[in-house]
Amino acid sequence: MKIAFSCTGTDDTARTDPRFGRCEAFAVADTETQKIAYMQNAAQSAAGGAGIAAAQQLIDAGVKGVLTGNLGPNAFRVLSEAGIKAYCIGEMSVPEALAAFMKGGLAPIGEAGNAHAGMRGGPNA
Amino acid sequence: MNVCILSGKGGTGKTTVAVNLSVLLGADYFDCDVEEPNGFLFLKPENVVSEESKVDYPVFDKQKCLLCGNCAGACEFHALANTRQSILLFPELCHGCHACELVCKPGAISYAQRTTGRIEKGEAHGNRCARGVLNVGESMAVPVIRKLLGGLPENGNCLLDCAPGTSCNVTAALKFADAAVIVTEPTAFGLHDMLLAAELLETRGIPFGVVVNKSDGKDEIIESACTARCIPLFGRIPFSRMAAEAYSRGKLLANLPEYRAPFESIAQSIREAFAWN
Repeated sequence: MKIAFSCTGTDDTARTDPRFGRCEAFAVADTETQKIAYMQNAAQSAAGGAGIAAAQQLIDAGVKGVLTGNLGPNAFRVLSEAGIKAYCIGEMSVPEALAAFMKGGLAPIGEAGNAHAGMRGGPNA
Repeated sequence: MNVCILSGKGGTGKTTVAVNLSVLLGADYFDCDVEEPNGFLFLKPENVVSEESKVDYPVFDKQKCLLCGNCAGACEFHALANTRQSILLFPELCHGCHACELVCKPGAISYAQRTTGRIEKGEAHGNRCARGVLNVGESMAVPVIRKLLGGLPENGNCLLDCAPGTSCNVTAALKFADAAVIVTEPTAFGLHDMLLAAELLETRGIPFGVVVNKSDGKDEIIESACTARCIPLFGRIPFSRMAAEAYSRGKLLANLPEYRAPFESIAQSIREAFAWN
């Protein structure tokens, strides 16, 4: 099964990023082989609908689970309809995050955080 | 002739200039600042009629849809997502551009409409006046501005009171402009944003001049920039508490004896510069 982490870069020095739609990159890990591949988040600087576009990118990549900090209502709706489960993860390295997922017990994200329009709420909104 | 009133910086007095010039020049008034239209507070139009402003959104025929996702890929605004179970639509992001229809091979897309604002038209001081009003919670002003200005009279004399800034909300109105007036104030912010507006107008080849509002009589900061760039200065509106009080009560400044002459002078400069009327 493939799972994705929102993260800060495209190599193993990357940290998990609590932002979903506006994160730098996604790490896609195979839970069987433990291999991690990275891809840029094409939606990072989208004018609008970044969460939707990021979720679409992960659907297209065939992931079945997402680990991130916060999901906005639009991204949450897209992932839910696609049957992709989302889990909340703290800030750590990507290999540490994969280990945390394999261990189990991560809190599922059951409802969306507050909507915000683009980056007008600041980078931490 | 259609003259756009813009500013760059918000709060410099676009509406103050536009409503007073509408009365002095006998021009029809169009409030294109549809996110916060306030010109009607001063013109107080009568016989106002209202009409809804709508945008198209796609509707999917599930019998025909192959879930190929071409529509979601084509949507520049990310209003569509292909979850492999269905195509999800986020109506508030859809600009109604019909790109999805162009790439839908099985022809599964038709369109319905939703209301995002309204157009109000009335009469004041012997002129027509109209405004667009974007509904609260909606983010797309341009369709409302387009609908408002789609009704511009041919060969009329119209003042288009624009949104602040230099964004799509301004350029949507500039498409109809024959000339423009930038309203600014003698501050560093006023200057900075005036220059952005000037650059926008220059790239569009639209002739324009500047009005300095809240003038302290010196206005060196604006004056020197206009001189350096050969931008005509149409006039100044003096800063005073009296003007602020009249504004806050929804009164026309041109009706104050102290302000009649400055506005008459600005109106005359505009008549001459644009060969108006």
